[in-house]
Amino acid sequence: MKTYEEINAKIEAKTAVVMTAEEIIDYVDRKGLDQAAREVDVVTTATFGPMCSSGCFLNFGHAMPRIRITEAWIDDVAAYGGVAAVDVYLGATQLRKNDPANTYYPGEFRFGGGHAMEKLVAGEELELFALSYGTDDYPLREIRTRFSIKDLNQAIMVNPRNCYQNYNVAINGSDKPVYSYLGLLKPRMENLGYSSAGQLSPLLNDPHYRTIGVGTRVWLAGAQGHVYAEGTQHASACLRGDNGVPMEGAGTLALTGDMKRMRKEFVRGVSLPGYGVSLSLGVGVPIPILDVDMLRQTCVRDRDIYAPVIDYSRDYQYKTGKVVCRLSYEQLKSGEVTIEGKKVMTGSLSSYAKAREIAWLLKEEISRGEFLVSRPLAPLPPNQSCGGLAARETTR
Amino acid sequence: MITKRVLFSFPKDMVEKPIVYHLVKDYDLVVNIFRARITPEDEGFLLVDVTGPEDRIAEGLAFVRAANVAVNESEIGLRWDEGLCTSCGNCLTHCPTGALKIVDRAAMKVGFEPPLCVECLSCISVCPFGACSSLF
Ligand code: SF4
Ligand code: SF4
Repeated sequence: MKTYEEINAKIEAKTAVVMTAEEIIDYVDRKGLDQAAREVDVVTTATFGPMCSSGCFLNFGHAMPRIRITEAWIDDVAAYGGVAAVDVYLGATQLRKNDPANTYYPGEFRFGGGHAMEKLVAGEELELFALSYGTDDYPLREIRTRFSIKDLNQAIMVNPRNCYQNYNVAINGSDKPVYSYLGLLKPRMENLGYSSAGQLSPLLNDPHYRTIGVGTRVWLAGAQGHVYAEGTQHASACLRGDNGVPMEGAGTLALTGDMKRMRKEFVRGVSLPGYGVSLSLGVGVPIPILDVDMLRQTCVRDRDIYAPVIDYSRDYQYKTGKVVCRLSYEQLKSGEVTIEGKKVMTGSLSSYAKAREIAWLLKEEISRGEFLVSRPLAPLPPNQSCGGLAARETTR
Repeated sequence: MITKRVLFSFPKDMVEKPIVYHLVKDYDLVVNIFRARITPEDEGFLLVDVTGPEDRIAEGLAFVRAANVAVNESEIGLRWDEGLCTSCGNCLTHCPTGALKIVDRAAMKVGFEPPLCVECLSCISVCPFGACSSLF
């Protein structure tokens, strides 16, 4: 019905009709699918939440004399130096050196890679300490200096797994607290933790990856980035509801973008007591409304999206596959649910408020003609599952 | 009868004065201590609810001020930094009174209502973004 080219021509002429994945629901209710599909060109989706598989490649430029960095610390957070001379990779979950972790349980995990990335995007100064063994052409063996993002040649975020299509809801059926990456879970199912933007979430609005694929331009913390691959653990062959929407983890995206163009409000270090550090990231993805079918998918509502409740005191650890129950995001967002006759308070790690803000920002950028939609270069694998790790006996 | 939340800050060498005793004894006020940090080397803090007739409270607080103790009637010990809060909602199940709560359900925006805060401090450790902190 509409091609990518036609939609982009309208965006460039600033005449495209753009709505957020929240607005489109009411609009279609009023206008009907057929009329809305003719009128609306793009629906914006978004999410904001912890995405542990995030990090960045930094290039410092060459010192005088030159150093071939083998080990590096940024604000005392180790960065991977096994790449070229002055390139490093800083990962979001790396702890600061000397962090006692869970030695004094539960650890506080105040600062790590995600926090260093937040400082970097905020334009703050960080410290680099790097070591080398020294070579004929790279004689310097040690450097300690300060830098900010503007001093770097490149600061490119490269995130192997972002934007989980759907996610577990964590609960604790045991009688002691569980410190998890979905928050502090109180004993005896007193609370639960979830993490998804539900009806606003990118892959829940394009459940079969029709417009979101490798090469899709995305809004990554304010920069225009891209999907560079399927995300790690991409598991499109998952349990799906009648509407085609996954009822568990499912698809993921590998994203990249230029940190020099990012906004600090959407790149936030995360400290999870008893668990570790991470990074919360804001991502927006525009969905071109190619036809009625595509529009229908973007009308998905919180009440039609279900997530599995898993007991993180045992079933998660030991992969028993047991699901306590399934809850819709409408139920989860209400603040309180009933599970096995018991009232359970709901908390979340993702921020719907931020996701909403991002969907609006992206809508505005598209409306101003500044953000074009892109046809995927290659689709995400449609029918793929995610394997586990076998502990095999080794011969050495 | 009214109840007022007040924060007393004591200068370094002034922490011994039996302020609470006088408020109860001389001014007939009910004093409910939420949280205190009184260490000899440092500035001291005492966060209380005082209950009594309005004029008696005013007189009592005047006495405290005269004793060189700063009286802050608008501040509490828990700081919530709106700029750092992402409205994630992770604190909501840990706040016993609903001082941290969803203020706009359509937008899922989190807000803080200081009068409801009982200074339990649980939000400080569970907030992943460092939005909650303590004055003392
Ligand atoms: S946990 Fe922190 S960031 Fe999240 S809503 Fe509460 S105060 Fe805000
Ligand atoms: S200190 Fe306790 S009562 Fe006050 S806002 Fe934090 S969790 Fe709620």
